[in-house]
Amino acid sequence: MHIMYFTERPYRDVPEDEVIKNRSFFGVPNRFYDAQVGARLYNEYLDEDVYAEEVGFDAIMLNEHHGNPFCMGAVMNVEAAILARITKKVRIVLLGNPLPVVKNPVRLAEELAEIDLISKGRLVPGWVRGAGSEQIFNQANPAYNREYFNEAHDLVLACWTKPGPFRWEGKHFNFRYVNPWALPYQKPRPPIWIPGVISAETVVWCAKHRYPYIGLGTALQSTVELWNLYGQTAADEGYMAGTENFGYLQQIHVAETEEEAQKQGRAAMFGGGAANFSRPEHTLPPGYNSKEATRRLAKQATDYGFLGITSEKLKESQRGDLRHIGIPKQNGDTRDKLRKGEISVEEAKKKIYANYQKAQDGLQIIIGTPKTVIPKLKLIMEVLRPGVFGLFQAQGPLTTQQRLTSIRLMGQEVLPAMREIAKGLGIVDPFEREPGSRPYTSGTQYDSLVDLEALKRAPKRDESVRV
Amino acid sequence: MAEWTEEITHIAGTDLAIVKGGKGKPLLILHEELGHPGWMSYHQELAKDRTLIIPIQPGYGKSPRVEQIRNVHELGLFYNWVLNEMNLAPIDVIGFSIGGWTAAEMATANSKIFRKMMLVAPSGIKPAEGEILDIFAVTIGTQLNATVHDAAAAPEFRKLYGGERTPEQFEAFEEARTESARIAWDPILHNPSLPYFLQGVRGLPTHIVWGREDATVPVTAADSYQVALKNTDVKLTIFDHCGHRPEIEKSAEFVKLVREFLA
Repeated sequence: MHIMYFTERPYRDVPEDEVIKNRSFFGVPNRFYDAQVGARLYNEYLDEDVYAEEVGFDAIMLNEHHGNPFCMGAVMNVEAAILARITKKVRIVLLGNPLPVVKNPVRLAEELAEIDLISKGRLVPGWVRGAGSEQIFNQANPAYNREYFNEAHDLVLACWTKPGPFRWEGKHFNFRYVNPWALPYQKPRPPIWIPGVISAETVVWCAKHRYPYIGLGTALQSTVELWNLYGQTAADEGYMAGTENFGYLQQIHVAETEEEAQKQGRAAMFGGGAANFSRPEHTLPPGYNSKEATRRLAKQATDYGFLGITSEKLKESQRGDLRHIGIPKQNGDTRDKLRKGEISVEEAKKKIYANYQKAQDGLQIIIGTPKTVIPKLKLIMEVLRPGVFGLFQAQGPLTTQQRLTSIRLMGQEVLPAMREIAKGLGIVDPFEREPGSRPYTSGTQYDSLVDLEALKRAPKRDESVRV
Repeated sequence: MAEWTEEITHIAGTDLAIVKGGKGKPLLILHEELGHPGWMSYHQELAKDRTLIIPIQPGYGKSPRVEQIRNVHELGLFYNWVLNEMNLAPIDVIGFSIGGWTAAEMATANSKIFRKMMLVAPSGIKPAEGEILDIFAVTIGTQLNATVHDAAAAPEFRKLYGGERTPEQFEAFEEARTESARIAWDPILHNPSLPYFLQGVRGLPTHIVWGREDATVPVTAADSYQVALKNTDVKLTIFDHCGHRPEIEKSAEFVKLVREFLA
């Protein structure tokens, strides 16, 4: 089992009322940014990563978001480059570079090659479409989101694997002289993993490329469905998917005592959490989702709120306030009520924190001592059997000491327990077994990817609770 | 007999849906970014003595997307092709919002494609003051509401796009927004070269119509259009207490203005 340490590197000193008033983290005016705080936090987070390596994590996972205090990693590759030099053995997992907002994929290929070289082959790049707000922030046309993604992906891989110089003349990218001097340390190229939220298109795409798929805290029930879809696609492609093809990310906070953990863990609800990442109009700009995905999202029950992509938000983005033309008032969520001035910031905050226990009950967040968090992690491992597991340090205004204690306890007690559990479950990771390396013979039985019996024991998520 | 029909015609290398209604000399209408709003009272009035020809922009409704149309200038080239193939040039035209911008682009390519041109609150030129509303970063509801100054005083606002906000209608809006984002995302709903090329338009009587309280494309852009069209005969009418849709907020006055101009 490959265990990653992950934090969004939140700007923890942003006034919560401003986030709530803004109805999202994205778009909080940057007059609330203090460079002194920013400087301190960037350095602290790099130190945290080094510490995570010391206590036994196998990898540091980074991500990238723009224009908000939820995640300070606006240029993730800069942090990755520093980690390449200041860490010794951890993998540096980038989940992921937002390809559609990258205007120059050749430069991206060069940046990543340099990181792989400086780290002597410890880079695991990954690709994302970027949240809706990233398209707005980076002026990336959302109507071409998937096309940009696909072409940038192909171009980066060509930079790494096709002998140069060559010309690239695509639909969206044109380069007259592709001949990057810095080529990746790992041959033929670094391993690639892909994080995802709810998109079946992405799962199928991953399976076709034999890229491990990392579920970002998705509800267990729907994750099981997606992984079965991956397994079926893999079989159609002629290979057998296994634990090495999957990963899962879980938000967690660990403390010495249950009482302290519960007190500190409330930080995960800060500002409404990831569900309050961006407002509906920024989450789903026109064309960002395919017609089919929009339709599916409109129909399916809200099951997941990571980065706030929910069917409720889709409906809100479509509806706006149309009461004056006869559209009945909806039983809107807190955000909607705030927008309409129907509740105060204080009331909104109360509603957010009222869900703290429910969020734990549904495993959106896991809070506790090593003793109490391990059984919950075990259940997830039993159901999903992921070869890669990311532990996502809880968001919000935790102190530096509280964060370091959480990392230490994870290293001392949680990680060894998880490794034992993984061994017992026969879980292997993508470095122990190459994803896509086992051929599948049509018509034969293939490995079960999930444990449906364990799923029966898993708690059902309260669909109205989002963190 | 139905007041209007919608037919698919294979033309300019694609299958183009065209709404037609009325009798008399043809009048081309280019619809706005949310699509053809439906058969409104101004259509009905104008159709009494003109045959309205309303192409449904590729990527909207029953007209499939044409990948080769990558911006509004190319959309203009497409429509010029359509008019040539249908032997409709020179024709009178009214363009609404992005449809007005499209008409202006068509005129820059060929002033003789039109007999007379009316532009109603066209986007396409960056206003000297204020900003064009970024329709792609707001909800559909916000976008729609921002098109009128006083919805309560505009009874037809309720009837726009069939009136009912069904899931199918929202899907149609989403498709319309996707297509307009595809061709007008960057720069934000304008073409920096348009003012320069509009100076080349000659011998084309043009009427610019705006609402003073337009919250979608600021009325200051009217001056920019007027200045850019300095080498042709250009008039400007601004309606007070009116937003981005003079055709429904000041319907009677609008129809009168059209009749006078096209007479």
